[in-house]
Amino acid sequence: MSTAHTHEHHEAPKGLGRWVFSTNHKDIGTLYLLFSLLMFIVGGAMAMVIRLELFQPGLQFVHPEFFNQMTTMHALVMIFGAVMPAFVGLANWMIPLMIGAPDMALPRMNNWSFWILPFAFAMLLSTLFMDGGGPAGGWTLYPPLSLQSGNSFAFVIFAIHLMGISSIMGAINVIATILNMRAPGMTLLRMPLFVWTWLITAFLLIAVMPVLAGAVTMLLTDRFFDTSFFNAAGGGDPVMFQHIFWFFGHPEVYIMILPAFGIVSEIIPAFARKPLFGYASMVYASASIAFLSFIVWAHHMFTVGMPLGGELFFMYATMVIAVPTGVKVFNWVSTMWRGAMTFETPMLFALGFVVLFTIGGFSGLMLAIVPADFQYHDTYFVVAHFHYVLVTGAVFAIMAGAYYWLPKWTGHMYNEKLGKFHFWWSAIWVNVLFFPQHYLGLAGMPRRIPDYSVQFADFNMISSIGGFAFGVGQLLFVYIVIKTIRGGEKAEARSWEGAKGLEWTVPSPAPHHTFDTPPELDDSQLAHGGGH
Amino acid sequence: MSHANGSYYVPHGTRWPIIGSVGLFTLVVGAANWMNGSSSGQWVTMAGAAIVLFMMFGWFGEVIRESESGMYSKQVDTSFRMGMIWFIFSEVMFFAAFFGALYYARSFIVPWLGGEGTGAMTNELLWQGYEPVWPTNGPANLGGDFKTIPAFELPLFNTLLLLTSGFTVTMAHWALKKMQRRALVAWLAATVILGFVFVYFQMEEYAHAYHELGLTLGSGIYGSTFFMLTGFHGLHVTLGAIMLLIIMIRCAKGHFTPQEHFGFEAVAWYWHFVDVVWLGLFLFVYVL
Ligand SMILES: [Cu+2]
Repeated sequence: MSTAHTHEHHEAPKGLGRWVFSTNHKDIGTLYLLFSLLMFIVGGAMAMVIRLELFQPGLQFVHPEFFNQMTTMHALVMIFGAVMPAFVGLANWMIPLMIGAPDMALPRMNNWSFWILPFAFAMLLSTLFMDGGGPAGGWTLYPPLSLQSGNSFAFVIFAIHLMGISSIMGAINVIATILNMRAPGMTLLRMPLFVWTWLITAFLLIAVMPVLAGAVTMLLTDRFFDTSFFNAAGGGDPVMFQHIFWFFGHPEVYIMILPAFGIVSEIIPAFARKPLFGYASMVYASASIAFLSFIVWAHHMFTVGMPLGGELFFMYATMVIAVPTGVKVFNWVSTMWRGAMTFETPMLFALGFVVLFTIGGFSGLMLAIVPADFQYHDTYFVVAHFHYVLVTGAVFAIMAGAYYWLPKWTGHMYNEKLGKFHFWWSAIWVNVLFFPQHYLGLAGMPRRIPDYSVQFADFNMISSIGGFAFGVGQLLFVYIVIKTIRGGEKAEARSWEGAKGLEWTVPSPAPHHTFDTPPELDDSQLAHGGGH
Repeated sequence: MSHANGSYYVPHGTRWPIIGSVGLFTLVVGAANWMNGSSSGQWVTMAGAAIVLFMMFGWFGEVIRESESGMYSKQVDTSFRMGMIWFIFSEVMFFAAFFGALYYARSFIVPWLGGEGTGAMTNELLWQGYEPVWPTNGPANLGGDFKTIPAFELPLFNTLLLLTSGFTVTMAHWALKKMQRRALVAWLAATVILGFVFVYFQMEEYAHAYHELGLTLGSGIYGSTFFMLTGFHGLHVTLGAIMLLIIMIRCAKGHFTPQEHFGFEAVAWYWHFVDVVWLGLFLFVYVL
């Protein structure tokens, strides 16, 4: 029996200082998660503005210039402010608990990783109030358009630098924690899959965030210091920015999905009451996906001008990713095969993830085909694709993880009825929101425009209705979380009957300090590896 | 303020990161305003830099005190090592972006502008008569005619300086392992001096490029890649030399033992990293 040694005399400090000066992985994890929730609401509000303007053809509510700021900021806020910090928050909370470590390996740096973010986003959001408004050239910041923004430009670039510093430090901490802080006996191939996927994600982050920093630095010097990286007159090329950017950008989308794979791989076995099918193949599939992510970037650029050999290489390399991803979907389904399944909210979100993320994967395969992409490029088909993988993929997995671990964090069970309602409401409306966008794209509606031709009116109205309903539904999530923090049915240490892993051997809520001395591992308690 | 938890040291609370965040924020807000032409921008930038410096002194100082009072176990040491290794890896990837830009420009952009492959019509219609050779400041001759720095003069000498400094820092490591403190400080001093002499010659080279060769940051893609690569490298050498200087002072004060000297090793790794980057620069920026 593995036991948690907790020192009651190390209670959490009181007051604001507890949060500002914290070196505690649980408190910092909470900060990350709450910050992410706040940014999710801010970015969601921007999405509402977008869907409102697109409700009907013609210009109704906002200036086209402001509309473009909304699409740009919505992306930056959701990617760097909502999804990535949510995963880092989950990593902070769960990785030390899952591997039996007393805390993150570098606790002071952990604090800094978080506390850079509020400043970075204050800076980013402040650009909306500047001369010329916020960035409006799309989150990808393609030159020459992005170089023509107003005063906001330098602020956006530096905000991205700050976010990069935060991500890199966070990733370094995750790697050091996983490689150096595991309890004795917690060998690499006994680690929970969430830990494995985060290890690989952290590697991707350290490899590509500096490349983004380099790319935006070149933008900055092109704008202010006379360089010609992206200026053909000086022997540069705007397309080169796209290459450097997407060398970061494609691994970035796996940074936003690998931890989601990890969460789902924890939840499905728990509610199917069976060990994960094909544990080792899951690890190898994750590693293959990470490797492939470095050699597919130009599939974002099929129409910008590339030699034929390049188009073919990037097409085939992209399609190969379907193999390891298919392995994963196969394993999740096989885990459920003949399992004693129950469908609590985390499981519902995890199942929603498997089905809907797979739809996003298939539309991704369609986009990978060069001649087809010539039609789809920069249409709403692309928008539908990446929202399926990011909203019903990443965000659904985050929701699943939140419901799964909320009892461990708060010591209370959330309201199951409300949780299930939240799932069904979200799952229905998110499809009303994004599924019609496939057709809009196939019919030729371009993305990033505030007005459109009348033949797109019906599907846009349906999509907007779905958007409003989905958006309102997320307020319910906020309500459920707040309510669970404040009270509710007491959660047991093992909050779910079928849940395995070290995190369920400590009390709920998890004490301020856990595993001050390493736990003794008991195979029957572990989710993976031992005994299976 | 701090307290050892079981075997692994976990500090209880720290104020340095929030100071660092305020400093970084002040620094970049100032820099952005400065670039936008605000006259107060430079003062805000400097204030931010001062706060960051204060934070670094405070933070590193606290860690050094903890380390010297023996609060760190072998496992903590390993965490620090991993942190440094992955930090250096992130730096490698930062340079990779600029090296990538250099290769892409040389192998693709310039030939395409000259009419190769599908660039034929671009060249015909926009840049007729442009001869695609390296070095280039592009078809518009941006920044005017320029000459490049000959590789086998000052850059070769600088290469020898840095290679020698890699040797001296290794000698310092040997001296530390044998606990010959005087030799250790002397070898480190030699390394620091070599580092700063390198930076001095780089500045000389820049002055020469700007004043006599007509080579500036505005000299098209050649000027961009040349100055951004060598500039960021020079910045890293400067930082590395300052770090070495601080390690030297710590050695003189009697810090580090033959068994435990992570601070020394981290800086030595960093120094080898800037050394290796320079070899890449010498080959791809100066020689080829
Ligand atoms: Cu991609």
